[in-house]
Amino acid sequence: MSLVSRIVNVFRDGRVNREIDEELEAHIREAMENGRDPAEARRAFGSALRHREESRDIRLVPWVDSLRADAIFGWRQLGKNKVTSAAAILSLALAIGACTAAFRLIDALLLRPLPVANAGRLYEVSRRVVFNGEVRTWDAWAYPSFQRMRAAVRQQAELIAVSTAAPVDLTYKSDEEMEKACLQYVSGGMFSSFEMRPALGRLLTGNDDLKPGAHAYAVLSSDYWSHRFGRDPGVIGRSFRLGNRLYEIVGVVDGPFTGTQPGTMVDIFVPIMMHPSVTQDDFQWHQTLAMMKPGAAVEPVRAKLQTVSRAFEEQRLRGSIAGMPPAIVRAIFDQRVLLTPAAPGASQLRSDTRRPLEILGVLVGLVLLIACANVANLLTARAAARAREMALRVSIGGGRWRLVQLMLVQSAWLAFPAAAIGGAFAWWAGPFVVGMVNPPNNPARLLLPADWRVLGFGLALALGVTLLFGMVPALRASTVDPVRALRGDEDPHSRRRLMHALVAVQVAFCFVVLFVAGLFVATFQRLSHQPTGFSADRLLALDTSARRPQPQEFWDQTVEHLRQTPGVEAVALADAPLLGEVGWNNFVSIDGAPPNGVLVNMLSVSPGWLETMKIPLLGGRDFLASDVFPGSALVNRSFARTFLHGENPVGRTFEIVFSGNTRLRFRAVGSVGDAQYRNSREPMSPTVYVPFHYLEPNGAPGKRPYATLLVRTAGAYPLALAQFLRREVAVAHPEFRVSRVRTQLEINRSHAVRERLLATLALFFAVVALVLASVGLYGVLHYSVLQRRREIGIRIAVGARAGSVARLVTAGIAAMVLIGAAAGLALGIASARFMESLFYQVKAGDLPMLAFPSLALLVAALLAALPAVIRAVRIDPIAMLRVE
Amino acid sequence: MAKTDTLQGSLDLLVLKILSRRPRLHGYAIMSAIQDVSGEVLRVEEGSLYPALHRMEEAGWVRGKWITKDSGQRARVYELTAAGTKQLDTVESRWHAVTGAVNRVLQEA
Repeated sequence: MSLVSRIVNVFRDGRVNREIDEELEAHIREAMENGRDPAEARRAFGSALRHREESRDIRLVPWVDSLRADAIFGWRQLGKNKVTSAAAILSLALAIGACTAAFRLIDALLLRPLPVANAGRLYEVSRRVVFNGEVRTWDAWAYPSFQRMRAAVRQQAELIAVSTAAPVDLTYKSDEEMEKACLQYVSGGMFSSFEMRPALGRLLTGNDDLKPGAHAYAVLSSDYWSHRFGRDPGVIGRSFRLGNRLYEIVGVVDGPFTGTQPGTMVDIFVPIMMHPSVTQDDFQWHQTLAMMKPGAAVEPVRAKLQTVSRAFEEQRLRGSIAGMPPAIVRAIFDQRVLLTPAAPGASQLRSDTRRPLEILGVLVGLVLLIACANVANLLTARAAARAREMALRVSIGGGRWRLVQLMLVQSAWLAFPAAAIGGAFAWWAGPFVVGMVNPPNNPARLLLPADWRVLGFGLALALGVTLLFGMVPALRASTVDPVRALRGDEDPHSRRRLMHALVAVQVAFCFVVLFVAGLFVATFQRLSHQPTGFSADRLLALDTSARRPQPQEFWDQTVEHLRQTPGVEAVALADAPLLGEVGWNNFVSIDGAPPNGVLVNMLSVSPGWLETMKIPLLGGRDFLASDVFPGSALVNRSFARTFLHGENPVGRTFEIVFSGNTRLRFRAVGSVGDAQYRNSREPMSPTVYVPFHYLEPNGAPGKRPYATLLVRTAGAYPLALAQFLRREVAVAHPEFRVSRVRTQLEINRSHAVRERLLATLALFFAVVALVLASVGLYGVLHYSVLQRRREIGIRIAVGARAGSVARLVTAGIAAMVLIGAAAGLALGIASARFMESLFYQVKAGDLPMLAFPSLALLVAALLAALPAVIRAVRIDPIAMLRVE
Repeated sequence: MAKTDTLQGSLDLLVLKILSRRPRLHGYAIMSAIQDVSGEVLRVEEGSLYPALHRMEEAGWVRGKWITKDSGQRARVYELTAAGTKQLDTVESRWHAVTGAVNRVLQEA
């Protein structure tokens, strides 16, 4: 019989017993048929029970059999206390589910290696710059610099250039239906470094890295091929128009690879040679990755890259150093090249969310521990009720290990159903959380596979949790002293001490979770109530583009057309919306002096923009149709304060310093209020608004391929007009297409997405932690009242008042709560230091920040204690004593 | 010789040998056969025969099967498997080696 059949036998144990018994009985019968005396035959046979047990152990696997028995017993125990069991399972499920969901996110974003060959040898090349005492890491490079570095380390590593993957507008048909796709420029060598194969056609190669602008080919990701083309093999040879170029689709990537940035799924890969800035040596725009050759050492490669990079910068800046502040020149030359392992890929989302995800991971872990403490207390209390049963088991020869196994199996009955429910919860919660981090128009798409990694994590968690809350009660149960337990004079305090200690731990963790949640909620509130300097009410931003740059009168006509449209209050043009995460900046020179190192933000705006945005004009005038770039400018209050000692800027002239030390002269025609420019976390900064109309260096009027139309609507629901405005823009000028419509409110909010996520999740965890801790506290108090009801009854009988009974019941626990809260406070303040970078205008030591968790805990503790106290006070001494 | 238990470890050998000569015997018949053939010298402790049979079945040396006897009663009979035949060879030759050696020692002494 094989092991399998022996394990199967465990579950048809009745039949195995019957067969053995029948065979043994047949033996006796045979003996009698042979004329032997029945009594003699039975005596000669020996103990049938013993033989049966012996045979049984051969027929099946004894330890599986004992597990089965324990499992059945555990299931019955579970059914006995349905309510408490369900409560324990649900609270564990919540905690395990939250943990698994957090793990899925952390794994997908931070841990899981890219689906490429040799991901372990992949590094990211970045630079560390120290400027004004501030350390920053840049991952952006200029392509000419990349080319030199690639040539220099060719023997040790293959360098790969990848642009930031970004949504683009493209069309497949002549009917000019624009659609969005996520596009990444990559150096042709990437696919061979990653040892990828095409599912169809060919991939990009080194031959696509030769001539700027000459390789209009595209490779699709398998995912995009599926959802856009339904895996149609005829896609090869089709072409799409992007900007003013036609690209031919030459292949489809095989496998799940969707780019090197977790959080962004690339649809289309095109050669980096097609990027408009590929020849510019002063525009840093792409990431650099290094695939090390087998056995190559990292440090020599790093050193070589640093030498080449510095030589490149020195050569590039030779002409323009004179125009730059020396501190900046020094910072540029002293930057250090870094090589960091990038097996899981490299992306902004990754670095932005690493810390928040780690913090959420810790919070969720604390919640899990609180839940575990609850279950441990529940089991301890239950074990108290079963002390006699345990003692009986020990005294009839149950081994200690056997008892530990019994208790652990019962814990597993709680943990595994909880893990299953939690897993289902995580299944739903993972994508939900990713959805919450997303600005709706630029969805971060993250592969969240639920595979063996997640399954393994869930199982390990369930097992770990079983051991965590099951081990202590199990060991206690196994060391029960049968004589004392059966006599009923076991030490009741030792159990209570354990439960009280766990309450203190719960309170401490709960305090930390509440404290951190409070800090995040406050940060989010301060950030979202931050004054922006303009009004986002009813304001729409229409990103509009044309295939070819369009003369400025066409743009003006479109503005005029929209102004005549019903439902529209005001319209203006800018090269980007405020807070749209894009921008440009330059140094300023006042009266010919060298720049002071402060960068000013720049934005091109049309006349009427101030009024549309409701930014106050403090002095001078708005732009007129006759104002052009270079020439007139509007400057904000911060500009006047930073560069003109707060004097009235109207009428003053200054120079903007462009790259290569080109200087253009401007005269401030108006002074305007401060408005946030790029990021709502930054303080208001000097900004120069320049006319939308510009002149080429040769004096000809400029043309623009794209701009943002800002429309303030009359109705309260601006998006209701979106479709209508889209059409009207095309009516105004057939070349124009609105590629994206956003409300300004949505743009503003996208800056606080991370904070909102942190605040929401932390608050959720805080509520869960508080509920779990209160339930735990309630349970322990309830148990201790139950255990001491005799003592309380006697005290009441001899005249104790309600107050002293309440004090008697709660004194021990209250001390534990205080100790726990103090420990939590210390832990919280200590840990807040690691999160400081995520706070906004909030300090860990602020009184309200400490008051919130303390109050919440106090209220929760009082509520949790009330039922037990009432029960204690209401104990009827006569009934109690009569029971005894 | 008085009633003795079988020599240590020889129960398997005896059972396998009996089954190799006369297939399809039930437990009681195996026991009786051992007693008869040994001229009532060797006696198997009746109860321990069954755990031994079940252990050998587990090891794959014998195969047990329920049959209905002419009297209408069910009995479990055993027969040797191929692995059992091989095992018998091994145990038997080991037995001969050991008893031969013991005999030589007795003769020398």
